[in-house]
Amino acid sequence: MEYEVVVGLETHAELSTITKLFCGCSTKFGAEPNSQVCPVCLGMPGVLPVMNKKAFESAMKVALALNCTINKFTNFDRKSYYYPDLPKNYQISQNYYNLGVDGYMNIDVNGTIKKVRIHNVHLEEEAGKLIHPEEVGANYSLVDFNRAGVPLLEIVSQPDMRSTDEVESYMQTLRKILLYTEVSDCKMQEGSLRFEASISLREKGTEKLGNRVEIKNLNSMKSVIKGMEYEAKRQAELLDRGETIARETRLWDEVNERSERMRSKEEAQDYRYFPEPDLLPVLIDEKWMSEIKSTIPELPFDRRQRFMEVFKLSDYDASCLTEEKVLADFFEYCLSISDRPKAFCNWIINDLLREAKDRKLDIYNLPIKPKQLAALVETIERGIISSTIAKEVFSEMILTGKDPQKIIEEKKLVQINDEGFIESVIDKMIASNPNVVEDYKKGKKNALAFLIGQVMKETKGKANPKLVNELLVKKVGG
Amino acid sequence: MDKTVIEYIANLSRIDLSEEEKVFFIHQLSNIISYIEKLNRLNTEDIEPMSHAIISSNVFRGDEPVVSILREEALSNAPSKIGFFVKVPKVID
Repeated sequence: MEYEVVVGLETHAELSTITKLFCGCSTKFGAEPNSQVCPVCLGMPGVLPVMNKKAFESAMKVALALNCTINKFTNFDRKSYYYPDLPKNYQISQNYYNLGVDGYMNIDVNGTIKKVRIHNVHLEEEAGKLIHPEEVGANYSLVDFNRAGVPLLEIVSQPDMRSTDEVESYMQTLRKILLYTEVSDCKMQEGSLRFEASISLREKGTEKLGNRVEIKNLNSMKSVIKGMEYEAKRQAELLDRGETIARETRLWDEVNERSERMRSKEEAQDYRYFPEPDLLPVLIDEKWMSEIKSTIPELPFDRRQRFMEVFKLSDYDASCLTEEKVLADFFEYCLSISDRPKAFCNWIINDLLREAKDRKLDIYNLPIKPKQLAALVETIERGIISSTIAKEVFSEMILTGKDPQKIIEEKKLVQINDEGFIESVIDKMIASNPNVVEDYKKGKKNALAFLIGQVMKETKGKANPKLVNELLVKKVGG
Repeated sequence: MDKTVIEYIANLSRIDLSEEEKVFFIHQLSNIISYIEKLNRLNTEDIEPMSHAIISSNVFRGDEPVVSILREEALSNAPSKIGFFVKVPKVID
């Protein structure tokens, strides 16, 4: 039978605030175990959590960026479950009045735009971190509560995705939005961004959703895709055998690339949500909402579309430039100096990005500033230097941070456009390479390239290559 | 309130109950519930559920760090530890 795979994603993103959600402990990653804890995040009796305004506003910002309706009245609830990483035995989360509901996000799936609905966006606290010792037969686990209480944003999509391409695009688009809005560093290797997938199958052409299976422990976007493919195949095989799919939670095993049923979750979850009496509700008025809205920058999807339409960039170029906000900002900064979109785009995505990567630096921390790149591009466009020489100037700029004009002056790199001089060099080269000229005349076309190369070499790359080509063809006959 | 419910609650609470304790708790919890059930006599139709007893809202703190407590102090209540980690019985998943 032919099936359609139906996927919904739950995304958890740690917000990059300095302090935790309900106390002033640091959220810094990688500190010594249990060094960033206090009675509030350790769940000691009699303590009072007080909400971090920055975290709340970051959550609101994302909810708005995802086109959610903001609940004018929102509050927090206790989600009770017993687990060693949860010191209070309940997690402060939202259940009855989520901060944002009924949103959507546009994604690009191989050139087609698709709208994925967002069920809700809500704020909650992180749990601590469990460490399982690797020694064989160890009958214990270790707990570090530094992470307990770090603000965590949960974004729940509707089951609107139908393929791995759609899931991939959803994850990438959402990640970019979280980066653009500057609410999370999205470092998957540090657990700042995590995905859980709900997957079900249904017969192609039918409406009714099948029983869904939740997949946890997906530690990278690659695992999400692999986990999804594995699960779709597993379910299809069961259905083909006439079996039913059990509603369950499965854990992805990254090493063996398979999922396994979670034993501890055999009992139905019963979180016994009730309003958190230690926190007061939050009322959100129009003024506050529009203040937060005004801090949302143009989002990557829209920015990419604009780059394609306004600057006539290709889909690939526009995507590369909008991959990171700093890149797109750098690009537009250059454009504010001179109007050469394609040239800037090429220099940024090829040269600057490569240098930034090699040096493990942010593009803004490279010695070349937008003003200097703009000056370099101008000297090429005006024919002052050739694009080959420009690469040399660029290498010097990246090392010294000097202005391109200064480098061109110091190294005497100005392009030679003096026809008389170029002709004299051409004559010299023709005289010393009679065989090559002969070959060319016999129809060996690449002999010309050799002669051009010789002229360029003689002029240390400074002769205008276009001019050299023209004059040479004239001399040896086209 | 019967034995199944008591066992279910005990399981959620991660506690083991002896047969005598189960009987004892069925009796106790039944009493508590029937006491609370008096509230059902109130007509609450068209009344928004109350989420807080204090009529106030929007209490926040700034995102400013406060010095955490000492690790020795933080771990002083832990029944078991290894280094600066809290040691707990092995958990899977």
